[in-house]
Amino acid sequence: MARRGGAPEVSAGSMADIAFLLLIFFLVTTTIETDAGLDRMLPPKEPPTDEQIVLKQKNIFTVQIGKDGQLLVEEELLDIKKLKDKAVAFLDNGGAIKGDPNYCDYCEGERSPESSDNPIKAVISLKNDRETKYSVYITVQNELVAAYNELRNRSAKKLGYNMSFTEMEAAYADQETPDETKEKLKVRIKKIQDLYPQKLSEAETSTN
Amino acid sequence: MSKFKKKKDGELPPVSTASLPDIVFMLLFFFMTVTVMKDSEPLVENDLPNASEIKKLEKKDRVVYIYVGEPTAKYQSAFGKEPKIQLNDKFANVSEVGDYVLEEIAKKPQEVQNAITTSLKVDKNANMGIIMDIKEELRKVNALKVNYTTYDGDAFKNLQ
Repeated sequence: MARRGGAPEVSAGSMADIAFLLLIFFLVTTTIETDAGLDRMLPPKEPPTDEQIVLKQKNIFTVQIGKDGQLLVEEELLDIKKLKDKAVAFLDNGGAIKGDPNYCDYCEGERSPESSDNPIKAVISLKNDRETKYSVYITVQNELVAAYNELRNRSAKKLGYNMSFTEMEAAYADQETPDETKEKLKVRIKKIQDLYPQKLSEAETSTN
Repeated sequence: MSKFKKKKDGELPPVSTASLPDIVFMLLFFFMTVTVMKDSEPLVENDLPNASEIKKLEKKDRVVYIYVGEPTAKYQSAFGKEPKIQLNDKFANVSEVGDYVLEEIAKKPQEVQNAITTSLKVDKNANMGIIMDIKEELRKVNALKVNYTTYDGDAFKNLQ
């Protein structure tokens, strides 16, 4: 603060006011938004092949959404709130008998021979009408993903990981997570995904 | 003022406000960096559905947005009430979606071009028909990663 004969010092007292003004402007205009949603992979467009992949009927879980929002699950009307439990029961059924190459040793389902052999074989087929409401479709998608997540979280617990599957996935997607942790998570995620692969097929447009 | 002043020797010195600008500037820079100015005005209603099993869309530079919904009140007289697709700041047909996505991908840096996610911001009142058409277009251009963008909430709220 030594005043020599030169120009007087400019007062910085109003600096705070100016900064406040700018701050308030940015505060007001800011929208901190990170979008979130359901991630899906579309099936790749492949040239039509003559080969037909034959799946056993019992390994397919059909979900049809009608135009008025009603659900037809395995040819039966079902309340949407029960969809998740039904899907879990189907995926986790493990119907193949002991000794069969498809035998599932980690399933906790009913092991009914009428339902899926193994989560690896189980496919959920989702069909919708052109007039189906988008909101209903999202709810169904959400419930099906929830079914997979429930099973995956359970197996994460059983494998003795200290995080649930969904937490691991979130941590893996997070940019802040260090690389070495990511590597570890990747292995674990892959392991669980192999136990319960997400096989959600959306067939081509169904007419009428 | 002097009324309240008790003349004591050991009085506390006033707190210096000299560092106030620094603090405020720090906050200012924080908000400046996180601010995203919206570049396109929404032409369609965009009330997204709710879902609970969501994943965050990190890395904004790898996302291409497609908006679908009823035209807003301002545009309803010209475009009607049927849900429309909005790409950037104009309405588009289903057939333009593929080209638009390819164009957007080409604008991104080379190293992220393989990891582009298409974010579908669809109004909850839209019908699946238009979504199915969009999905078909996306498959044609091999942009297979999609994200049905939703709000975080109970999915059953959608049904009411």
